[in-house]
Amino acid sequence: MSEQELARKSVEYRRKILKYIYQAKAGHTGGSLSCIDILNVLYNHILNVNAADFASPDRDRYIQSKGHTVEALYVVLASKGFFPESDLDTLCRYQSHYIGHPTRKVHGVEQNTGALGHGLSLSVGTAIAGKLDKKDYRVFTLLGDGELPEGSNWEAALSASHYKLDNLCAILDKNTLQISGPTSAVCDIDPVDKKFEAFGWAVRHVDGHDFKQLKAAFEAIPFEKGKPSLVIAHTIKGKGISYMEGQLKWHHGVPSTEQYAVALEELNVAEETIA
Amino acid sequence: MEATIENIALKNEANLEVFSKTLQRLAAEDRDIIVVTSDSRGSGKLVPFGQKFPDQIVEVGIAEQNLVGVSAGLASTGKKVFAVSPACFLTARALEQIKNDVAYSDNPVKLIGISAGVSYGALGSTHHSLHDFAVLRTINNLVIVAPADNFETEQAIRLAAESDFPVYLRFGKKAMPLLSEDEKTFEFGKGRIVREGGDINIIATGETVAPALQAAEKLERESGISASVVSMHTIKPLDYNLLNKLALSGKPIITVEEHSVYGGLGEACASYFMQTGHRNPFKIIAIPDEYTVTGSQQEIFAHYGISEEGIAASARKLCKGL
Repeated sequence: MSEQELARKSVEYRRKILKYIYQAKAGHTGGSLSCIDILNVLYNHILNVNAADFASPDRDRYIQSKGHTVEALYVVLASKGFFPESDLDTLCRYQSHYIGHPTRKVHGVEQNTGALGHGLSLSVGTAIAGKLDKKDYRVFTLLGDGELPEGSNWEAALSASHYKLDNLCAILDKNTLQISGPTSAVCDIDPVDKKFEAFGWAVRHVDGHDFKQLKAAFEAIPFEKGKPSLVIAHTIKGKGISYMEGQLKWHHGVPSTEQYAVALEELNVAEETIA
Repeated sequence: MEATIENIALKNEANLEVFSKTLQRLAAEDRDIIVVTSDSRGSGKLVPFGQKFPDQIVEVGIAEQNLVGVSAGLASTGKKVFAVSPACFLTARALEQIKNDVAYSDNPVKLIGISAGVSYGALGSTHHSLHDFAVLRTINNLVIVAPADNFETEQAIRLAAESDFPVYLRFGKKAMPLLSEDEKTFEFGKGRIVREGGDINIIATGETVAPALQAAEKLERESGISASVVSMHTIKPLDYNLLNKLALSGKPIITVEEHSVYGGLGEACASYFMQTGHRNPFKIIAIPDEYTVTGSQQEIFAHYGISEEGIAASARKLCKGL
């Protein structure tokens, strides 16, 4: 998919993320908007997964460790035909399968996540199985910078390099904000690149909203043979909506009717400016 | 599943030897059997397994959360995964991974808690798992099993390997006597009656079934009290049919376990009896709410009445209505 097409897709995804969070009056708006360009490139350009053959043992795996930004995942899966988009009208409603964190009740979701610090270990196990079975599939997991202080991440990071899992790619959605404040103030993870490198990973930095950089990074995996890859995607929480960008209150803020209208107008303008 | 001659041959071996040998037999025929271990190769008696099947063992080091998460990832691809770690650490440090990555995500990992209860004896309370039944019973979609002899161990491993649901198997360290030459049926969720009697019912689990059986024989010999003894190897789902049958006898019921008095077999049985209107005289023998006295497993058992003498004494009192 071209960068222009990806850009248009992301506008569409942002529109839908806001729509369903607005309707449900619940959701993680800021983080969904920071990671959506990453999911866009993965699902529309990189991953070998499709709705009709999701049980294939050869499919690539995407495990969303930062499960709270599930709205980003749901709108992408709907657009890929995993379920009718109208299902999202039930988001977070009584007895809906579309819970506020990923569950396997939803077609296309690999693992139930939401508690932080779980995705990387699950991905390591899946990647080890790929190596044991001599399969070509790759495993991608999306980490949040706020979840990295969970020690389980570092246990998993050790075993990923111990087993030379170059079929594993972790993506860090580094939007630098978590629920209580800047990650640097809550528990600084930097220099996170040096930490992962010291743990035996190959690391690259990208602008997490630049489709060209995201495509180039994912196409270059593994960055080094015999090493797991980490893409540090520098992102902006609330990206795409002026009054949400970099604002802590939009971690799980829900727009009012007026705010929602402003957001949609900004997305319309953004769409018109795409070449 | 039919009992095999191997059960008899293995009867004097340590529990974990049976575990390891059974897994080796299964792994030789099934490349999908994978052992994941957290530096427990030696304590889990898995060194021969690792030597014979180097491609079927994954070592994560001392990292229980990662052990369970990695195991869940492996299981999600169709591998038959046995995650092996001391019970105390597996079920406390990795509890959230057991809840979310295994049970909630329906990744059918076989969680193997080794050296459970007070098997580590004088190593102390950090190494005792007296909480595992309690915490795991509250987790949906998890079968909890504590075999009581090498026959049950072998059968449990074989059944677990073929199960498409998550299982927690709780193992002690030492050799266990073969409980019954006659009763050779084993099924998850079905208690095994290893001794029939008419005056009192003793329901035990894991390594406490042997002293319960000894106590029953002592009671018969010394007091003419005839006791039934049940190996309630499956803590969840509990065998309500059998509990009902035992309660309908109207006779006293004693439960015995190597676990805290809170949240284990005894409270599970009490809950069933109360909610179904059974009012048999009832006694829970377990470790009280304290950090245990220093000693070997047998000394700790004796201290808290989980012994031939202690169980028999409790039974006599209950039969007298004391």
